[in-house]
Amino acid sequence: MKKVLTIMCASLVGSAAYAADNCAAGKTLNEGVLTIATGNPAYYPWVMDDAPESKNGFEAAVAYAIANEMGFADDAVTWVRTSFDEAIQPGEKNFDFNMQQYSITPEREEMVDFSLPYYSSAMAVLTTQSVADKVGAPTLDALKGLVWGAGASHTGASMVGEVISPENDVLLYNDNTDVTAALQANQIDAALFDLPTALYLSAVVVENGALLGQFPAERSDNPDQFGALMADGSALKPCVDEAIQALTDSGKLAEIEAEWLQAATGVPVIE
Amino acid sequence: MTMSGEPPAMPGRRAQFEAAQRRRSMWVAGVSTTLVLVAILVLVPLAPGWEAVKKSFFNGGVFTKTFPGLLNAFLLDIAIFAWCAPLIALLGLFVAICRDIQRPALYPLRLFATVYTDVFRGLPVILVIYLVGFGVPGLGLPRPWNSPYIWGSLALILVYAAYVAEVIRSGIGSIHKSQSSAALSLGLSGADTMRYVILPQALRNVLPANMNLVVALQKDVALLSFVGPVEIFRQAGVYKSLYANFTPYVGAAVIFLAITIPMTRFADHLMNKRRKQEQ
Repeated sequence: MKKVLTIMCASLVGSAAYAADNCAAGKTLNEGVLTIATGNPAYYPWVMDDAPESKNGFEAAVAYAIANEMGFADDAVTWVRTSFDEAIQPGEKNFDFNMQQYSITPEREEMVDFSLPYYSSAMAVLTTQSVADKVGAPTLDALKGLVWGAGASHTGASMVGEVISPENDVLLYNDNTDVTAALQANQIDAALFDLPTALYLSAVVVENGALLGQFPAERSDNPDQFGALMADGSALKPCVDEAIQALTDSGKLAEIEAEWLQAATGVPVIE
Repeated sequence: MTMSGEPPAMPGRRAQFEAAQRRRSMWVAGVSTTLVLVAILVLVPLAPGWEAVKKSFFNGGVFTKTFPGLLNAFLLDIAIFAWCAPLIALLGLFVAICRDIQRPALYPLRLFATVYTDVFRGLPVILVIYLVGFGVPGLGLPRPWNSPYIWGSLALILVYAAYVAEVIRSGIGSIHKSQSSAALSLGLSGADTMRYVILPQALRNVLPANMNLVVALQKDVALLSFVGPVEIFRQAGVYKSLYANFTPYVGAAVIFLAITIPMTRFADHLMNKRRKQEQ
């Protein structure tokens, strides 16, 4: 009986929230429910403890803020996990939108839709303390002589070549764990990550990790802006954009950023 | 005898019948192949998702933009293959001979060879590449001795040499005992018997099987990308992520096929030649 009541209450709340919203009506995967995808696993500080339902972590918090803005109550949000490849494969998607630090690029926009950006990231140089001591001041010339690595599916992979053009071949890896393994094995000197990820890796994952500095967003041809990924031609895109615009205008987005990514300030800028 | 008067060039009734049969079966094969091809070409594009699949996997624009970069990255595959293959052949031969040693004093070598083939044939290639490619350099080797090129290649060599050793051993086993008995009775030493009598025949016997391993190695070189080197598979992955499109993988597949199909045909050719020799 209690269970039935709970379900009734839940559906009441769900339908009430849903009725109040016009934009997303009939456009989501399941009526009245917003299905959001994240990575498997989802990384700190984007999602804390790989548990997006906790609303802890920058992307988790932004996801719930967007959902609320679109008229979905917290319990009308469900989470699924996808890899990068699953998110871009042709055919039906199993999510309404996908948030895992997808950089918005014009090439990608040909295949999928992106929302307005919810975060603009600087790129930062992750290295070890011993390399940092050796390099000293992080000038572009000093960086050219290092052996560079990056995650193959990150925008950092192409940015190393564009901005730094190092003397040695860049080595690329499947995921963050492999990049840090190579850094630890001294096979690479430095790796390029978005700033929050770099901060986390240097503080928690890499032994004697250090940040050499950050590239301001304007140094790259593509400022690294993260957007929620949707299927090409998604009907939901205007609703998501509207929600993100409202969050940006009201200052709520900046508030969430300050709460979860505040450590990102105070890293020296590479000239 | 009426038949004896006919000129020998005229085909007999049996030959005529067989020729007709051949023509008929060729005709049937031709029609059925055409039907299958037409069905594929007509039916697949009728699928509702075909346009999306075409855009993601067979995108002409992305293909032309990425193909030169892929070809360039494939040079690294060829280089890795070129330095791995001879080392694999040498190590494989050494291990195969070790496994056949009969002298009690050299038993440790034989034991080593047995354990070696058991372990490396039993492990997935990718696991060995991770373990050796990241693990050994992690011990604190200085540059350039911690290069992923060196240790990644070593991982490939270790795994493939184990397979090659087993193939060569089966070749050695296929040579009849009378060959070595005869060689020994002529006064050849044990080593000379192996060197001049057994191995030349054994290696020739297993050439087709080893060619198959060569084809497989050519593809598995791509696994080295897991520890850093940007070869064709990794380059295709970078393009995939850049364009959010799988077409670069198709481009890489085309390049691989251009190399491996001729190699496979050559292996088949060798196998047929052997079969004919044996008949």
